[in-house]
Amino acid sequence: MSEWWTYTLADIQSFSLQTWYRLFELYNRAIWPAHIAAVGAGVWIWFLLRRSDVRRGRVIAAILAGSWLWIAIAFHVARYATLTWSARYYAWGFGLEAGLLLWSGVIRGRIVFERRAAGLAIFLFALVAQPMLGPLFGRSWRQVEVFGVAPDPTAIATLGLLLLATGRVRWELMVLPLLWCAISGATLLSMKAPAAGIPLAADVIVVILALAPRRRNSRKEAR
Amino acid sequence: MTLDRRALLASLAAAGAASVLRPLSPAGRGPIVTRPIPSTGEALPVVGLGSWITFNVGDDVDARDSCARVLGAFFQDGGRVIDSSPMYGSSQEVIGYGLAKLRRPSQLFSADKVWISSGARGPSQIEESRRHWGVPRFDLLQVHNLMSWEEHLPTLFAMKKAGRVRYVGVTTSEGRRHADMEKVMRSQPIDFVQVTYNVLDREVEDRILPLARERRIAVICNRPFRRGALIQQVARSPLPPRAGEIDCANWAQMLLKFIASHPAVTCAIPATSRADHVRQNVGAAYGRLPDETMRRRLIAYVQSL
Repeated sequence: MSEWWTYTLADIQSFSLQTWYRLFELYNRAIWPAHIAAVGAGVWIWFLLRRSDVRRGRVIAAILAGSWLWIAIAFHVARYATLTWSARYYAWGFGLEAGLLLWSGVIRGRIVFERRAAGLAIFLFALVAQPMLGPLFGRSWRQVEVFGVAPDPTAIATLGLLLLATGRVRWELMVLPLLWCAISGATLLSMKAPAAGIPLAADVIVVILALAPRRRNSRKEAR
Repeated sequence: MTLDRRALLASLAAAGAASVLRPLSPAGRGPIVTRPIPSTGEALPVVGLGSWITFNVGDDVDARDSCARVLGAFFQDGGRVIDSSPMYGSSQEVIGYGLAKLRRPSQLFSADKVWISSGARGPSQIEESRRHWGVPRFDLLQVHNLMSWEEHLPTLFAMKKAGRVRYVGVTTSEGRRHADMEKVMRSQPIDFVQVTYNVLDREVEDRILPLARERRIAVICNRPFRRGALIQQVARSPLPPRAGEIDCANWAQMLLKFIASHPAVTCAIPATSRADHVRQNVGAAYGRLPDETMRRRLIAYVQSL
């Protein structure tokens, strides 16, 4: 695309906010009652985080991998691709994240969780609060986005959980959720969606929180 | 000429009341205003229909039916030109859905685009677009945003020669690549250009529109309402005085009549997802158009809001 730098987000945004909301309404109708299983899986994650089960890292990674793969196929390929050609690339991204979670978390068992209030709060926000915010921002209940089946709450919940994880692997797994939140926030922003700030704020908060311990460690090492 | 805004506002009541008391309908306003395509003389109504964003509703059947109603109202009121692009998501399929529901109105003037960087893949994209519309051939094919125009134009000219498309053009929007567009207009035997033109975005008045007249090229104007922002900007303000003198009942018609009244313009293509709005829009193609004095007043008035 020539003079691509002259294009704004609004120039390449090819559908309306109303159509975006309707997309979720039709998607939710088509996959019901998968939401119950998805939220149930989210509650299970919360219980696992409260226990010191050695297998919890693998189980949580498996749940997240399943969610990312589901969204890649059932949302991006089957639904979102009817509105924009870019959805096929999003599907590859979500599929890749599912593969990374499967490889690092389930097969290699490299995701180890610690107790951290901030990460848990972000996870619970995505699981409980985010669907409820939809109606507050003018969406009907039928159009809400739910953890495990909708991309934004799943990406934000994943970021929250990765904040609880230790080691370098969490950064590797954070890249695609951070990227998705940036894309989603920009898309919503171009449509002047009231909730556009949520994924963007999640990105900023998660990066700050993820960097904060490293800074402390760096200072300790410097001394 | 300076504009006395207070005087303009004072005359609102008369102008507004006149338009309310005298509801306009296509049937009572004489023939639809048309402009000839310079290369053939074929007449087109000065208001068409765009499909950017508004027709990209995916497989939502309710929304598709709503778009079909927009198309029905558009044709019923005399509209002909519908414009789309492979860039517009599901818009082409939704247009095809609506046309099928309406049993393919014979007055349709189908305008689409080729939008792909590879010249070799242009023909297959055009064929896919044609299948989405469900038309035997397009009336007009344009190179979208001048993308790879050096590669696509020979294909489009060959299609025209073979009778597989009637007209060839190039497009741009938001004032981009006007120098390249001028180059194409001067060097290629195109029938149409498509540019952004409205009461506030008038850069094309300097060079593109005069060149179009000189080279006998038809002009389609996109973004007539700045994607709705212009309508929102002016909606709370009264219509300019003497709006009734050019048969304007609302701001949409005023803004479209401004575009259509430029002598180089062939048609404007506002997009909408509402049947009542498409009727308002096509209504701008009936009745009188503003003269140069009124055009200048309208520019000043909108700029003052």
